[in-house]
Amino acid sequence: MTDQPILQLAHISKRFPGVQALKDVQFDVRPGEVHALLGENGAGKSTLIKIISGVHKPDEGTLMLDGSPAAFSSPREAQQRGIATIYQELSLYPELTVAENIFIGHAPRRKVGPFDVLDWRAMNTRAGETLASLNIHDLDVRSKIGTLSVGKRQRVEIAKALSQNARILIMDEPTAALTEADVERLFEIVRLLRMRGVGVVYISHRLNEVFELADRVTVLRDGQYVATRQVKDVTERDLIGMMVGRTIDELFPKLPSTPGEVVLEVKNLSRPPITRDISFQVRAGEIVGLAGLVGSGRSELAQVIFGIAPAHAGEIRLNGRAVKIKSPADAINLGIAYVPEDRGTQGLVRQMVIRENVSLAMLREMSRMTFIKNRAEGQAARRAIEQLSIRAYGPEMVVNKLSGGNQQKVVVSKWLARQPKLLIMDEPTRGVDVGAKAEIHRLISELATRGMAILMISSELPEILGMSDRVLVMREGRIAAEFPREQCTQETIGAAMMAANMAVNLEADPSTKDASSEPSASVAEGAR
Amino acid sequence: MAATTSPDLVPSSRLRLPFRLSQEVVLVFVIIALSLVAGAINPQFWRSNNVRDTLSNISYIAVAAVGMTMVIASGNIDISVGALIGCLATISGLLAVRAPESPLWLVLAYVAPPVLGALAGAVNGFLVAFLRIPAIVVTLGMFSIFQGALILTTRGNVIYDLPAGFTLAQQRPLGIPAPIYFMVILTIIGAVWMRYSTTGRAIYAVGGNKEAARLSGISERKIVMTAFILNGVTAGIATLLYATQQSVIQPTVPAGLELKIITACVVGGVSILGGTGTIIGAMLGSILINTIFSVLIFTDTSKYWIQAVQGVLILITVLVDMVRRQRESFSGR
Repeated sequence: MTDQPILQLAHISKRFPGVQALKDVQFDVRPGEVHALLGENGAGKSTLIKIISGVHKPDEGTLMLDGSPAAFSSPREAQQRGIATIYQELSLYPELTVAENIFIGHAPRRKVGPFDVLDWRAMNTRAGETLASLNIHDLDVRSKIGTLSVGKRQRVEIAKALSQNARILIMDEPTAALTEADVERLFEIVRLLRMRGVGVVYISHRLNEVFELADRVTVLRDGQYVATRQVKDVTERDLIGMMVGRTIDELFPKLPSTPGEVVLEVKNLSRPPITRDISFQVRAGEIVGLAGLVGSGRSELAQVIFGIAPAHAGEIRLNGRAVKIKSPADAINLGIAYVPEDRGTQGLVRQMVIRENVSLAMLREMSRMTFIKNRAEGQAARRAIEQLSIRAYGPEMVVNKLSGGNQQKVVVSKWLARQPKLLIMDEPTRGVDVGAKAEIHRLISELATRGMAILMISSELPEILGMSDRVLVMREGRIAAEFPREQCTQETIGAAMMAANMAVNLEADPSTKDASSEPSASVAEGAR
Repeated sequence: MAATTSPDLVPSSRLRLPFRLSQEVVLVFVIIALSLVAGAINPQFWRSNNVRDTLSNISYIAVAAVGMTMVIASGNIDISVGALIGCLATISGLLAVRAPESPLWLVLAYVAPPVLGALAGAVNGFLVAFLRIPAIVVTLGMFSIFQGALILTTRGNVIYDLPAGFTLAQQRPLGIPAPIYFMVILTIIGAVWMRYSTTGRAIYAVGGNKEAARLSGISERKIVMTAFILNGVTAGIATLLYATQQSVIQPTVPAGLELKIITACVVGGVSILGGTGTIIGAMLGSILINTIFSVLIFTDTSKYWIQAVQGVLILITVLVDMVRRQRESFSGR
């Protein structure tokens, strides 16, 4: 494939407050190729495709379209220049028909007397033709989008992109929500597009898809360009090495700790339809990693334990005592702390200052006769800033002005002030830059050595592997597998996470799980 | 990375004072500036009688704004407060004229508005917090109910012949009208309570981020209930000041009163989206809008213009608030 690239990016840098999202990155797309874009969480893939599709402007670097410099001021402009993007959350209108969605914004028109009206017949015919050109014959162009399955909606999105004469199609984790049959259909369509000369940018964390579909692959890591390779020249192991880029041991400063008493014991915990019959234990001083694909029920399990969505059945024991947890307040009083997945919407009151956020979970303890003890509150905030190296000019800084990593530290410090027995963390380092990430990991590890029981949910396998004493893998609302630290590898855990989707034969026998490096280690990643 | 400061962290140019006075200081200056302008146009403006009467007349708005600030800071709103005050005024008046000689009925006339106000607040709060109906819908409905109830009870008759004891707002201890005492004292109590009590903090937390507050163990329902009940109480006290201003009570809902109270809060820096704003600010907001109205009156502007000005004022302040929020959410991530 030696054609001139349709699109070529060079020396692209992009900074957000607190994070260097991209640094000197290059990327190109040639006609008729599938170019996979790989990288861990926070590697900069999303930022890169947002630059290509005109959502963000790069701070530095050049963007060449057909060999001449281009700059998109809006996603609309990028679209008009032939770059279409299919995001994970599809952007169709559920109340409109297939045809209307395909032609939204550029519907065929005709003259009726002095009026310029929509030409419904032409629209439906042309929508049918576009779909047929993609080998899609099982879609009625008159049916409403809202009535269609996810896979069908995605096909409509692709048809919409083609109706706008897209020459580059960016697909962000297109298979994340698809059934196996739909994945097959998608692959057929992508191959069809490749034959027609469309350049496809394909983002996925399922390495096997990259090998099945892509011609070339570009790897990003921590916002930097690592390499671009022909897919036929690389192995799975090469790609993982390029993505992680360093050995897990040096990345995660895990301190050795000796697990003590059982702190949390969960038996047959259920809250249908998502949480089903969960049993496990977490000991004092132990970090238990909870792995699983998005939608496997990890976060929901945490929410059941913390009383956000209380259990319908089953038992929770803390330090051997059976407890009832009906609300977050119950859980907090029992000594459970919860660092939620999305700190912006769940963890912080962003217009409040650090001091007010740190004391939020212990207002009662920090007050006398309903009035907050000013000095105690100030001290707690200063202590938090010092202990967690929060980069702020003082306790009176509004948390909204902090970087992502420092905001996360504030969320954590809010709970540490209470000295919980059990700390549940959902994606503790999501959207946090590398330096702060290492600090948070060090902190988690220290807490464990001091005897705290920690349940850590993460979509980043390296984080799970690096931090956990023991790993639980969830799949479809159940605990599918459990591995002690020694048996944890990308392959074993990846296989256990994917088993239902990939190969049913792994279901029953744990020995196969351990032995198999198949099918495809996957660096699972949460939907952003 | 032991140091807690780093060169890229420039301290915010906004000074943080213990009472968060920044917006309040601005308001004070605007009020003074407007008064100077008005005085220059018409020297009558600065006559001590005028200043005193003006403050006295708006006191009930500032008192109602104390509770309204709590409701808005909790992320809600109360449209029904004007109609509630109208309703409570007639109830209070009817109790007062029932047996002009008996002190019992007079006491009842004074006690009923805060108590019934609290009750109405509890109903509002229950519907919002427990049945999860948006506050604007609940209180709009309550507005209609109060309005209907008012007309049914008075049948359009003005209440007059109020007893001599029913003149709270006309009292002048130490030469200062009683409503001003109420305004100042309730503002101070409310401000201290919002700033230093756990419930006050929880109100800001719930208004700022309901989910984060809940996950921190704060009972959002209890907090919203509390805010609405306290709002009912201050509306009840405001009623007493309003109803005893003159010797008659009109059988109608005071037109646009809820808008005046809400405008006072918003102009005073209480974010309509919840989470920020102070009671001192709301009091200054009440004084400011009244100063603007006085200026317009003293310069002989049509009263229809005054209404338009109130509308413009609320739109501008909400707009400023939105822009400020948006800028903050962009600077953060």
